[in-house]
Amino acid sequence: MKNLVALLLLLSLSFGVAASEDIELQEANINLSNNASLQRGAKHFVTYCLGCHSIKHIRYLRIALDTDMDPKKMLQDIAPEGANIYDQLHSAMNAHDAEKWFGTQPPDLSLIARSRGADWLYSYLKSYYIDPKSPRGVNNLIFKDTAMPNPLWQLQGEQHTEHKKNIWGDEYTNLVIKEPGTLSEGEFDIFVNDLVNFLVYVGEPVQLERQRIGKYVIFFILMFLVLAYLLKKEYWKNIH
Amino acid sequence: MNNKGVDQSKRQFLTSALTVVGAVGTGYLAVPFLAQMQPSAKAMAAGAPVEVDISKMEPGQLIRVAWRGKPVWILNRTPQVLETLTTLDPELRDPLSQESIQPESSKNPVRSIKPEIFVAVGLCTHLGCSPTFRPEIAPTDLGDKWKGGFFCPCHGSWFDLAGRVYRGVPAPTNLEIPPYRFITDTQLIIGESAEEASA
Amino acid sequence: MKRSRITECNDWFLERFPLTKLWNEHMAHYYAPKNFNFWYFFGSLALLVLVNQILTGIFLTMNYKPDAKLAFDSVEYIMRDVNWGWLIRYMHSTGSSAFFIVVYLHMFRGLLYGSYKHPRELIWIFGMLLFVALMAEAFMGYLLPWGQMSYWGAQVIISLFSAIPVIGDDLSLWLRGDYVVSDATLNRFFAFHVIAVPLALVMLVFLHIVALHEVGSNNPDGIEIKESKDPWGHPVDGIPFHPYYTVKDIVGVAVFMLFFATVIFYMPEMGGYFLEHANFIPADPMKTPEHIAPVWYFTPFYAILRAIPDKFAGVIGMGGAIVVLFLLPWLDRSPVKSIRYRGGIYKKALALFVISFLALGYLGTQPATPTATIFARIFSAIYFGFFLLMPLYTRWEKTKPVPRRLTPVHSLEEQLPALIEEITVLKPAATEIGHTAFKGSSFTRQPNPEGIKNVISRLAKKAKGSLD
Repeated sequence: MKNLVALLLLLSLSFGVAASEDIELQEANINLSNNASLQRGAKHFVTYCLGCHSIKHIRYLRIALDTDMDPKKMLQDIAPEGANIYDQLHSAMNAHDAEKWFGTQPPDLSLIARSRGADWLYSYLKSYYIDPKSPRGVNNLIFKDTAMPNPLWQLQGEQHTEHKKNIWGDEYTNLVIKEPGTLSEGEFDIFVNDLVNFLVYVGEPVQLERQRIGKYVIFFILMFLVLAYLLKKEYWKNIH
Repeated sequence: MNNKGVDQSKRQFLTSALTVVGAVGTGYLAVPFLAQMQPSAKAMAAGAPVEVDISKMEPGQLIRVAWRGKPVWILNRTPQVLETLTTLDPELRDPLSQESIQPESSKNPVRSIKPEIFVAVGLCTHLGCSPTFRPEIAPTDLGDKWKGGFFCPCHGSWFDLAGRVYRGVPAPTNLEIPPYRFITDTQLIIGESAEEASA
Repeated sequence: MKRSRITECNDWFLERFPLTKLWNEHMAHYYAPKNFNFWYFFGSLALLVLVNQILTGIFLTMNYKPDAKLAFDSVEYIMRDVNWGWLIRYMHSTGSSAFFIVVYLHMFRGLLYGSYKHPRELIWIFGMLLFVALMAEAFMGYLLPWGQMSYWGAQVIISLFSAIPVIGDDLSLWLRGDYVVSDATLNRFFAFHVIAVPLALVMLVFLHIVALHEVGSNNPDGIEIKESKDPWGHPVDGIPFHPYYTVKDIVGVAVFMLFFATVIFYMPEMGGYFLEHANFIPADPMKTPEHIAPVWYFTPFYAILRAIPDKFAGVIGMGGAIVVLFLLPWLDRSPVKSIRYRGGIYKKALALFVISFLALGYLGTQPATPTATIFARIFSAIYFGFFLLMPLYTRWEKTKPVPRRLTPVHSLEEQLPALIEEITVLKPAATEIGHTAFKGSSFTRQPNPEGIKNVISRLAKKAKGSLD
C-alpha cells in the first residue's frame, strides 16, 4: 500500500517536467511602491509603446494620483501633447492601418502583466536578436517569429545569437550584444525593469491599496473570532 | 444539560460585545457596497470642467455648451439689457437671488462675474425643460410686459436675462448659475469656480 | 396595565404571522445532536457563501454590460473606475471558488457519516440537485467576463452536446443561439446566471433545509438521537440549535472569513487557479489558447471526460460520474451509517476514492499526454468502482457494534492541556547569582523529546488502526 502511494507520487511529478519546454526567464525586480520607477516606466511607455499599443483601461489622472505626481507635471512631462488629465491612454494608430502593416492590431497592454507575467515581459523585451531570415530582420527568443518590431533597438543595440553546448552536450542559445546602443547593458536592464514595473502597476492599480487594507480587515476578523470563541465556550460549558 | 451555574452576566457581556463588534464590522462591510453606487471615475471624467472660447462672441449672442449632461448658456449682454434689468425688480419673485443656487461670485443683481457675460444652466427650475431664448421686446405671442428674457414653453415660466424668475409663474426659483471662472478675458471654464481655483 | 408601543406592534405582527412557531420549530426547539464536529460547519458556511454571491452579484450587475463588445471592458471598468468595484469583484470570484471548496467538504461529511442513508435520502437528492445547479451557475458565470478562457471553455463544453447522436447538433445550436459561442450565448447565460439559476438555488436550499428539519440531523456516530427521549419528549443526546449551534456556527463563520479575507486581499488570483491568467486576454474567436482547462472545481469531471477515448462515451462518463452520486443512498447496503463503525473495506475504499478524486482533479489541469491519460483511466476506474462495487463490499463487510447513545466527544481543546503537559517538561528558570530563589519562582517549559516521541507514535498507531 505504502509503495503504491510512493510510486503514484513520483510518477505524478514527472508530468510537470515534460509539460512545457519554456526557455528560462530572467527575473524582473517588481516594486510597486517605487514611485520614481513607475513614473519613469510611464514616460518610457508613452515614448516607445503608446504609438502602437493602447493601455485604455487606465487614465493619466489615476497614474498621477497613485505615484504621488502633480497632475500638471503629468500633463507636462509624460502625457502626449493635447491630452486631458481624465483621458484614458489610447494609441494613435487606427485598426485599419495596423492590420495592413502588422497583419494584426497591436493588442491593448492594460492586462498584459496579468496574463503573461512580469518575468516573461522583462525577458521578452530583452531577447530580440538580429535574424536575417525573418521578414523584419529581427526575431525574439521568448516569442518566436513575433510580428512586433523591436521598439528599443536604439537603446539596447544589436544582439546576436550564439549557439553553445554545455558540459552535458545539450545545446543552448546565448544572446550577445555586438553593436552597443545608447544605453549600457546595466542601464538598459533598469530601463526595461521600470517599464515592466509600470505595466505590472497598470495591470492592477489597486494592488498596493488592497494589501494595505488587508491588514486591518484581518485584524478586525481576528478580534471578532476571539470574542465569538469566548462566547461559544461560555455557552458550551454545560454540554458534555 | 444542566442549568446550574449559568453565568448569565458573563453571557450577556460576551453577547453584547460580540454584537457590537459584529455591527461595526457590518457597517464597515456596507461602506464599499454603498460607495460603489457613487459616480465612478468614468462619470467624473465625463463630468469634468469644460473650456469655452468667447473671443468671437457678438453682443446679444447666446452660446450653448454641455456640462455634466446639462445645457449651459453663455450670453453676451448689451448695455441696454443691463439697464433694463435694474427696472424689473418689482415683477420678480427673488430679485436679490437669496433662494436660488449660484456661486458667491455671481451673487449680485446681474448674477455674473462680469456684467456683460452671463452664464447659467439652461434648465427651468420648475420641472427641467430647457427654456427658449427670447431677447426681443414685446413680441406678439408674449405681450407688452415681455422685456426680453427666457421663456419656458412647457408650463409658461418667465425668466429675465439675468435668469431671475418672475412672480406668478410655476417655476419657484431663479435659474441655477454653475461654478465658472475666467481663465483669461476670452476663455471661460465651466465647472470650476473662482473660489475653488484659488484654493 | 401599561403595554409599550413596541409590544403592541409585536403582538399585531405575531397574531398574523407564525414567527414564534417558526422560530421555535427551526431554531430554539430544534434539537440537534450534541456531538457535531468540524465537518458540520460547512452547511452554514455554504449558506453564507450563497448570500455573499447574491449580494456581490447584484452590485456587479449594476456596472457589468452583457454585450460581447462591452463585457470584458466593463469588468475592467468595475476593477478600476467604480469605487470599491475591485473588492466586490474579488469577493465574487473568490466566493465562487470558496463555494465549491465548502460544498465538496459538505458532501464529504455525508460520505463519512452516512448522512444520505435512510431516512435522509431526499435531503441528499435535494443536495445533489443543488450541486448540479451550482455547477450550471458557475459554468455560465464564467462566460460573463468574456476572456479567452471564458470563450473557449464554453465553446468546448457546449460542443460536447453535439456528441449526442441524432439531436446533438441541433441541441448545441439551440443552446448557443448561434453557430458558435457569441453575443447571443452571452446574453442568455447572463439571464440564467443572474435570475433563473439563483432562484432555483434559493428554492432548493429551502427544500433541502425543510427536508432536513423533518427528520432531524445525522451525527458523527450515525445513530438516531430521536430513539432516546427524555420525559419532556426531547432527545437526551440533543441540544437546541439556538443558542448552541448558532453560537458555534458564528465561530465557524469567523474562521472562514479569516481565510476568505486573506485570499481576497493578498492572493485573489491564487496562482492562476481562482482567476486564470488566460482570462485576462479578451475573447478571440480566431485564436485558441495553448491549454484550455476548466476552472479547478470542474477538473475531476473534465479528466474523466478526456480519459474515455470516444466523444459520446466521454460525455456519458462525465455525466455518469454525477449520476452515480445521486444513487448513493441505494448503492450503500451497509446497516451502519458512520465510518466509525464500518468495516475496514469501506474505510480503504473511501480513502482510495479521495485519492482518485484529487488525482483526477490534478490531471484535469494538465495537458493530456499519453502517460497522463493512462493514469486518468486508472483513477476514473477507481472513482466509478467506489460507487458501482459498493452494493457488494458494503453488504458483507464486518461492522463494529453501534452504540445506543452518542459517544463522548474528546475535542482538541479539551485534550490540549494534557498534551502540552506530555510534550514539555517544567524546568526552574535560571536564577541570578547572589539572589536566593524565593517561593513561587518562575519555571519555563522546555520541549521534552521523550514526550514528543510518545505522542507521535501514539498518533501513528491510531491512524493505522483507524484504517481497519
